[in-house]
Amino acid sequence: MKIVVLVKHVPDAQFDRHLNGEGYTTDRDESILSELDEYALEAALQLAEARGGAKAGNQVIALSMGPAGAVNAVKKSLQMGATEGVHLTDSALAGSDAAATSLALAAAVRHLGAVDLVLTGMASTDGETSLVPAQLAERLGLPQVTFASSLTVDGGRLTARRDADTYSETVEAALPAVVSVTDQINEPRYPNFKGIIAAKRKSITTLSLAEIGVDPAQVGHAGSWTTVTAAAERPPRTAGTIITDEGDAGIKLVDFLAAQKLL
Amino acid sequence: MANVLVFIDQPGEALKKSSLELLTAGRALGETAVALNGDVHPAVAAAFAEYGVTAIFQPVAANLDDYLVAPKAAYLAAAATAAGATTVLLDNSPEGKEIAARLGIKLSAGVITDVVAVDADGTAHKSVLAGSYTTAAKATTPVSVLTLKANSITPEPAPAATVPETSAVEVADDGTAAAARITSREQKVASGRPDLTDARIVVAGGRGLDGDFGPVEELADALGAAVGASRAATDAGWISHDAQVGQTGKTVSPQLYISAGISGAIQQKAGMQTAKVIVAINKDADSPVFEIADFGIVGDLFDVLPQATAEIKKRKG
Ligand SMILES: Cc1cc2nc3c(=O)[nH]c(=O)nc-3n(C[C@H](O)[C@H](O)[C@H](O)COP(=O)(O)OP(=O)(O)OC[C@H]3O[C@@H](n4cnc5c(N)ncnc54)[C@H](O)[C@@H]3O)c2cc1C
Repeated sequence: MKIVVLVKHVPDAQFDRHLNGEGYTTDRDESILSELDEYALEAALQLAEARGGAKAGNQVIALSMGPAGAVNAVKKSLQMGATEGVHLTDSALAGSDAAATSLALAAAVRHLGAVDLVLTGMASTDGETSLVPAQLAERLGLPQVTFASSLTVDGGRLTARRDADTYSETVEAALPAVVSVTDQINEPRYPNFKGIIAAKRKSITTLSLAEIGVDPAQVGHAGSWTTVTAAAERPPRTAGTIITDEGDAGIKLVDFLAAQKLL
Repeated sequence: MANVLVFIDQPGEALKKSSLELLTAGRALGETAVALNGDVHPAVAAAFAEYGVTAIFQPVAANLDDYLVAPKAAYLAAAATAAGATTVLLDNSPEGKEIAARLGIKLSAGVITDVVAVDADGTAHKSVLAGSYTTAAKATTPVSVLTLKANSITPEPAPAATVPETSAVEVADDGTAAAARITSREQKVASGRPDLTDARIVVAGGRGLDGDFGPVEELADALGAAVGASRAATDAGWISHDAQVGQTGKTVSPQLYISAGISGAIQQKAGMQTAKVIVAINKDADSPVFEIADFGIVGDLFDVLPQATAEIKKRKG
């Protein structure tokens, strides 16, 4: 199998995150591999391992689009066990919205030749829109299965389970397909020492827009179909009254709710 | 020709509040048509008239529900073209957002999700980075696709009722060819409590409950609230994953969020910090949840919650 996993380099949510500059783009210092993409990578590694791994010709290609630092998301993926890395980078990509991102990623996936599966996380932890997997599927003309909480592949078909609020469903699609997975699907592995050493020998291919045949005017701020016109930081929440229970805190809580007209 | 198209999937016997919100938002932008999937019950037809809908589109194909989103996006693209719509509005459910995503590519239209308000010029307002910023965004394309969060605006009928015309729309085959097919669907049992995403009050429990959601559920019922949970509690299997609030669960923005036995990790805060009022009960005075609580109680939830529940019952008589 040939599986492409999309991995995004995102600001670490443990720190304050900021929007900067003219286009209000996210500040990407202090960035990491999006935690939600680790589940997609783990799912890919499990599918490959079940088929005999790299020795049997199974490929897990980690693909990241982003500035120089984004290569770190690819490196971490290689340490976890991806067989190859691809870093799509070009200054013209800065400020791409979901539509422009999906255009560039679709071209990059096509550039990699025939693939069986494109796996992604359920959402990026910065943009949080979940638009890219569906837009990528639309651009590639492939079936999409989003929010998979389990995934099996048998022959040319995949079966996945999805859980919504009021129902759970099983879906089937023909390969190739685009699948996004939730954090319920597995427990991502940590890179071990062997993995870290092995990653140093794996190749990372750097691609530019010219190499994948994308006109710079179709991506970045210029090629995006949406624009942010204003952004304001919400004042951080501050602590209110804190009391220690002296046997009547439940009553004091109800007093507070009554005073706030919330009863 | 209507310039706004609202997508309503399976309205059932009566329109949901979120659908009425979409129709109200649509009217502020212009003349509104509806693209429907499903039957029009009399109460639904009456609501369309009352909310000023001028045209109703229905798909010729009846099997859109057998597939994941792709054919619904194909139908909506055809309906948007038939209506001459420059704005398409959908609900902000995971499915609504995915249909919007594919529709955006089909119509070469900018897509904005999680919208809480729209100005007359199409500028959409939303909050990003886990509620830490509020932003205004606009599509730069002739057509824009917006998904509106439930509970963002107050539904209001039109000043004058309309008599909408109904027409059928052909759905292109390519919608189903490249779609995943739904092979089985199990309905979950309804809890009888309000829906978590649009509840006015949420009572949430975490690892501190130690397997017993009883005290949280009883307080929720006394307040008419929905029940939420931290990932630690859902991962432990104490409550269904649907109850999870946070980065990989639901984002809630209620009037009141009561957090009990939850430490307040960044991923949990991401889902609840836009609540109007936050109350926290935790044994550990150093829990990060106290940094954002309007009212915090350092104490044992197994004492505090039952006492509060009994007091509310007493006051409500
Ligand atoms: C990719 C990723 C996504 C995630 N997504 C989410 C998400 O969507 N939602 C989410 O919630 N988490 C999420 N998490 C997990 C998150 O980081 C925390 O681990 C989780 O929120 C902890 O849950 P908790 O507060 O219930 O448990 P703990 O951190 O163990 O806290 C339990 C708290 O209960 C208190 N307590 C114990 N007993 C009592 C008692 N008797 N009375 C009062 N207080 C008591 C303790 O003092 C403690 O503060 C995610 C993590 C990752 C890596």
